[in-house]
Amino acid sequence: MQTTPLFPVYQKYQAKTIDFHGWILPVQFAGIIQEHATVRQQVGLFDVSHMGELLIEGTDAACYLDYMLTNRVSSLNPGFICYSPMCYPNGGTVDDLLIYRLNGTKFLLVVNASNTAKDLEWLCHNTANFKVSIMDVSAAMVQLALQGPNALPLLQQIASEPEQLQLKHYQFRDRVVLSGIPVLLSRTGYTGEAGFEMYLPAESGVSLWENLMETGASCGIQPIGLGARDTLRFEAGLPLYGHELGPDITPLEAGLQRFVDFGKDPFLGKEALLQQLTQGLSRRLTGLEMIERGIARSGCRVLRTNQDAGYVTSGNYSPSLRKNLALALLDINAGKTGNEVQVDIRGKLVAAKITDYPFYKRRKS
Amino acid sequence: MVPKELKYTSEHEWVKIQGDRIIVGVTNYAQTELGDVVFVDLPSVGEKVTAKNPIGTIESVKAVTEIYAPISGEIMETNDDLEHSPELINQDPYGKGWVVVIEPVDPKEINDLMSPSAYKSLIEDK
Repeated sequence: MQTTPLFPVYQKYQAKTIDFHGWILPVQFAGIIQEHATVRQQVGLFDVSHMGELLIEGTDAACYLDYMLTNRVSSLNPGFICYSPMCYPNGGTVDDLLIYRLNGTKFLLVVNASNTAKDLEWLCHNTANFKVSIMDVSAAMVQLALQGPNALPLLQQIASEPEQLQLKHYQFRDRVVLSGIPVLLSRTGYTGEAGFEMYLPAESGVSLWENLMETGASCGIQPIGLGARDTLRFEAGLPLYGHELGPDITPLEAGLQRFVDFGKDPFLGKEALLQQLTQGLSRRLTGLEMIERGIARSGCRVLRTNQDAGYVTSGNYSPSLRKNLALALLDINAGKTGNEVQVDIRGKLVAAKITDYPFYKRRKS
Repeated sequence: MVPKELKYTSEHEWVKIQGDRIIVGVTNYAQTELGDVVFVDLPSVGEKVTAKNPIGTIESVKAVTEIYAPISGEIMETNDDLEHSPELINQDPYGKGWVVVIEPVDPKEINDLMSPSAYKSLIEDK
């Protein structure tokens, strides 16, 4: 079992831990619903150090990433980030990741923990004639996420130069000093709230965590576990690899076409995705709201007029909307908003209707 | 928190004997393990239930678990408040969070239930 450098502080905050793809991580602290509300209304601190970080460097780094990923990386300016799926030639998804452009020839990729080894192998396997080097720096890094409306006011209290915190969405700045610790700070997150993610050397992790918890007390800060991380991203309609994305699910089916740039030169999966687009999708990710009582869980079959219409990829009680909601991969013909479907919940057919997602949208101030 | 006046099952239900009926709920240990309860599916009044068979489900954000009949009998009452306030199971597992009332077919089955001390050692071993 692997642990992150923050493992020693979990107990102090009454974490309940679980085995997450071989990592011992906190699933909850005070309770999932309370933690969820804290992030929506105040500010929450997450240890997400299990995420993988890969450095891609070389004169061909930009065009190599354009070839490996569906989004266009080469047009990204240094100091900015983009989100992209990475596909197999058949259009299925290897992973979804963030790409940080550090400079003209150097990129930081942030990938799902459970996919780090697979991604590294896939990236190395496809370097061909590209002049790039690929390095896994995951073990040397701590990643913390600070999410919620009070994230910025809190950082203003501990930043050496608060004006450095003025970042646009998907912008980052390296060597921002927080509580005396230099971090790479980015305006990103996986919750649907405003917030930041911070990358720093593993040995400074506990120190920054404790400083944030201490200074953040007046902002209502709480530590947040994987349970609330999942309900937050689910409400915000953000895909989770292994649920909304996978080797058998294309980014188009997952509703991520805006992250697939067909205008650029050949990239892995381009032909298959273009063909899927031209022929028309046969299934697509849709939102479901339960009409009858029940919670549709990941894997539940969905029926439309007694015909198999697909399956639930994620489903839960939505703490912000107080409704039972789900995301499902449904046949294109079944998936019209307002349509009624049935979800097979452990052998019982429960009525639901097709709705738009994201279910939750932050009110922009 | 294992009240001394109750009986228990290895599936973490508690049983309170009240006249010729029993009240059934889930233990404090069970609700803590589950976390925030967000959905409860109850049996219907009048339903005949068999000991150790599932009679309903309790769902938290992260888990789905079944409620089992501690003994055989008929469902006489269900706690309909749980439909809109499933969190009562977290807030008051031995009181407002009760689940069903059963009229046993064979009251002798009550003797098969666990004593508070036996249940306490069961959860302490975990």
